[in-house]
Amino acid sequence: MMRKGDFKLRNFHEARWSEPIIFELSRKGERGIIVPEVEKEIEELVGDGVSVLPEHMIRRDPPRLPEISQVRVLRHYLRLSQETLGATLNIDIGQGTCTMKYNPIINDLLANSPKVTELHPLQDVDTIQGALEIMYKLDLFLRELSGFSRFTFQPGGGSHAIFTIISIIHKYHELRGEGEKRDEIITTLLSHPSNAAAPAVKGYRVISLYPNESGLVDVEALEKAVSERTAGFIVTNPEDTGIFNPRIKEFTKIVHGVGGLCAYDQANANGLLGIIRAVDCGFDLGFFNLHKTFSSPHGCGGPAVGAVGVTDRLVDFLPIPIVEYNGEKYYLNYDLSHSIGKVREFYGVFPVILRAYSWIMSLGAEGIREVARVAVLNNNYVMKRILSEVKCASISFPKTKQRIEQVRYSFEKLREDTGITSEDVIRRMADFGFHLWTSHHPWIIPEPFTIEPTESYSKDDLDKYLETLKRVVEEAYETPEKLKNAPHNCPIHKIRPEFLEDPERWAITWRAYLKKREKWE
Amino acid sequence: MKKLGLIINPIAGMGGRVGLKGTDGEETLKMALKLGAKPWAEDRAKEALKQLLLLKDRVELITYPKKMGENASLSCSFTPKVIGELKGEKTTAEDTKRAADEMRVLGVDLLLFVGGDGTARDIYDAIDRSLVVLGIPAGVKVFSAVFAVNPVVAGELARLFLMGEIREVVDAEVLDIDEELFRRGKLSTRLYGYLKIPVKRGYTSGSKSTTPMSERYNKEEIAAEILDEMSDEYYYIIGPGTTTKVIMEFLNLDYSLLGVDIIHKKKLVGKDLNEKEILETIRGRKAKIIVTPIGGQGYLFGRGNQQISPKVIREVGKDNIIIVSTRNKLRSLSRRTLLVDTGSEILDKELSGYYRVVTGYRERAIFKVSNRVED
Repeated sequence: MMRKGDFKLRNFHEARWSEPIIFELSRKGERGIIVPEVEKEIEELVGDGVSVLPEHMIRRDPPRLPEISQVRVLRHYLRLSQETLGATLNIDIGQGTCTMKYNPIINDLLANSPKVTELHPLQDVDTIQGALEIMYKLDLFLRELSGFSRFTFQPGGGSHAIFTIISIIHKYHELRGEGEKRDEIITTLLSHPSNAAAPAVKGYRVISLYPNESGLVDVEALEKAVSERTAGFIVTNPEDTGIFNPRIKEFTKIVHGVGGLCAYDQANANGLLGIIRAVDCGFDLGFFNLHKTFSSPHGCGGPAVGAVGVTDRLVDFLPIPIVEYNGEKYYLNYDLSHSIGKVREFYGVFPVILRAYSWIMSLGAEGIREVARVAVLNNNYVMKRILSEVKCASISFPKTKQRIEQVRYSFEKLREDTGITSEDVIRRMADFGFHLWTSHHPWIIPEPFTIEPTESYSKDDLDKYLETLKRVVEEAYETPEKLKNAPHNCPIHKIRPEFLEDPERWAITWRAYLKKREKWE
Repeated sequence: MKKLGLIINPIAGMGGRVGLKGTDGEETLKMALKLGAKPWAEDRAKEALKQLLLLKDRVELITYPKKMGENASLSCSFTPKVIGELKGEKTTAEDTKRAADEMRVLGVDLLLFVGGDGTARDIYDAIDRSLVVLGIPAGVKVFSAVFAVNPVVAGELARLFLMGEIREVVDAEVLDIDEELFRRGKLSTRLYGYLKIPVKRGYTSGSKSTTPMSERYNKEEIAAEILDEMSDEYYYIIGPGTTTKVIMEFLNLDYSLLGVDIIHKKKLVGKDLNEKEILETIRGRKAKIIVTPIGGQGYLFGRGNQQISPKVIREVGKDNIIIVSTRNKLRSLSRRTLLVDTGSEILDKELSGYYRVVTGYRERAIFKVSNRVED
C-alpha cells in the first residue's frame, strides 16, 4: 500500500535505436531461410509444382520483400518493441474507451499451443470437436450475459461487427418489402463513430441525436428522428463519456413503435457485465468485443472478434456457418434461410475466441460480475481524486454525476490558465512511462482526456498514475515549457498533426512512401 | 523569417468596466474616462505575447507606435519593428484601419489585434480576407467569432500557427452590433463580414473548430444534399452566411453573402432582399427558408438575418424551415441549443422544439431550438 509521501516520480527513459524501416535494411541476396530443393523422387511423382499453375496466375516479377537474415529480423523487431509503450509495460488506464486490462499469459500459452496453431479450418468437423465445443460454449456464455439467442464470431473487430449488424437490419427490412422505404439509421453523436460510419457505408441516411447539457439525449429528440423511414437505431451505452442513458428502454420502445430494429454497441460493456442484459433494455441485436472486454489483447486493429448476438427472430439472418450441437456432436450449420452470407472467411479468429472462453471459465458467473463492480469502483475512485485534487481538470457534462466504467475529462481550465493543452500533458506523461489519451471524434469536449481504469489495476497502481498526473499538472503552472517541449525521455518527439491531415503525406505502404517521398522533398 | 503583426486598440473594453456596454464614439469614451475607466487592452496583449516569447528570435514583430503595440512589445522584451505614426495621444478607428492596411502591404503572416467587435469591423474594412488574423478579446462586445477564448489561448494559437503546426484557416463571422440599442438592453446584430482565422479545436470563442475534413468540404456536402432534395414547387429563401451560399455557387447563381436571396426552379428570383421584398416574392406561393445558425451563441433567427422577420417566418411556416450547419459549427456552439430571437415572443415560443439539421450529405442531426437562453 502506498503511503503519503511515498511517491517518487519514476526516473524513466525509453530506448532510442533510430531503427530504419525493414525495407531499408534489405541487402540483395541475403536470406533468412533457404528453402530446400525439392527431392528428385517427389518431383518425379508430382512435377515441379509451378508448371501446373495457369499462366495468368504466375507472377512476372518476384515479390519485393525485404531480403534479410533471421538474426537481423529479430534484432529489428526487438528494437522497435523497446520504442513502444505497451499495455504490459505501463499502468494502462489512460487509453479510455479501449478497456485495457490484464491479458492473462496462460491464455496466450493456450492459444499458442500446437493444438490451436496447427488447426486447419477445412479439417473434417469430426477432428475439431474440441474447437467447436469451445465456440459453442462461448456462445452460451454470451447468451447468458446479453439475453440474445445466438452469436456469430465471424466479424474481425468492433466496427466490422457494427457493419454486420447494419447488414442484418438491411436484410430484415428488405425481406419485408420495406428495404427501400426504410433508409434511415439513427444513432447518437457520442456513440462510437463507427455507429454512424457503418450505416453510411451501407448506403443509409444517418441521423445523429445530439446530447443536451447533461450529456444525455432527450426522448423528444428521438421522437423527432423516428418515422416510417427508420430502419434502425444503434447506440453505445454508456457512451464514451461514461454516462449511461437510464431511459434506454423508452428509446427502444419508441423505435420499435415505428417498426425499426434496435442495436446495442456493447464495446463499453465492461462495467455492465452480469449487471444488465441487452435484451432487457429492448435490443434486438448487439455485439461484444472479445478483445478488450473479454481480455484478448487488442492487436492494434486485429486480429480480433466482434461477437454479434441476435434475438430469436433474427437468428436466420446471421452469417454462415454457426456452430450447432445435436446432443452428440458439434457441427457447422450452413442452412440459415435469410443469412447475410459471409462477412469474413471461415468462423472467426479462433485464438481470440479461445482466450475469451478461458477468461470466462476462470472467473465464473460471480467473477464476471466482480469484474464489472471493480471496474466501476476503480473508475469512480479515479474520478473522485481527479476532481478533488487536480483543480484544473473537470468532467464533461458535470450536471450528470453518474459515470460507469470510464470518464471523459477536460483540461479546458488548464489551457485557459496556462496555454497547456491536453496533448501537451499527454506527451509529458510519456516521459514517466505513462500513457494518456484524448478523445474519439467528434471533439465536442474542449481539451479532452479519457481514463478507463478497468478491474485489472490495484489502488496502488491507480495512485501512482494519479500522483504522476498531478505532478505533470503542477509543472504546467510552474514550468510550462517543459510540457510544451515534451517528451524528453522518449524516442519519438512531437508528431506533427498536419501530416496526418494531408492524404498526400500518408504512406500506408512502402511502395506509397517511395512514390510520395519525392514530392515531399 | 515569419512576420507577426500586432495592433492594439488601446481603449477597447474601457466602457464595459464602467457599465457602458461599449466604447464606440468619442462621447462614450469621455464618459468612460469620467467614470474612472482604465485601459486594459495593453495588459491583454502582454498576456498573449508572453506565450510567444519562445519565438522571439524567430519571428519579426511588426507593430504601431506606443499604446497601439510598441509599449506592450517592449515590456515583454520583444524588439519590434515599429511602423506608422500617431497624430496625438488619442487613437481612433482610422488608426486601426491604417495600421491594418500597412500590415497588409508588408505581408504579415499573422495579424494579432486586441479589441472587441468594433475593432474587428475596422480590421475587416481595411483588409477584408487578405490576411490571416486573430482577435485577442478585450472589448466589451465580443460576439464575433474571430476572437480566441482568452489572451493566453490567443498567444498559444498564434505560436502554433507561426510554427506551422496549424495550417487550417477558416472564415469566421464579424458581427456588427448596434451599440446604441445594446446600451438600451437590445441586442441587434447583423453579419458584417468574414475574417480569416487560424483554427484549432476549442481555441476560438464559440467559433468553428476543425477536423481533418475541412469546413469547405462539409459545406459542399450540405449543398449537394439540399440540391438533391430541392423541389420546383417551392421558392427557397436563402439566408446569409458562407454555408448557405455554397448552394448558390453550385447553381452558378449570383448571390449576396451577407443578405437574403430567393431562388425558384434553381434560378435567382431576388438578391439581397429586405423583409418587404421577401414577402412580395413569396406571397401566395409555397416557400422554404434555408438558414444557418450564426457562430458562437447559435442564433438561428434574429441575429444577422432580421430580414427573415416574424411575418416572413409565419408566411412560410415552421415545417418549411430547413436548418443547415457544418458539424463543427454545431458542435462548438457555446450551448447545446440553437436560439431564436425573432422579435416576436409568441413566435419564438412556437419555433422552439427539436429540428432535423442538415449537417452533411444524407446526414441529419437532431438539435434543440430554444426561445430563451437556458442556464
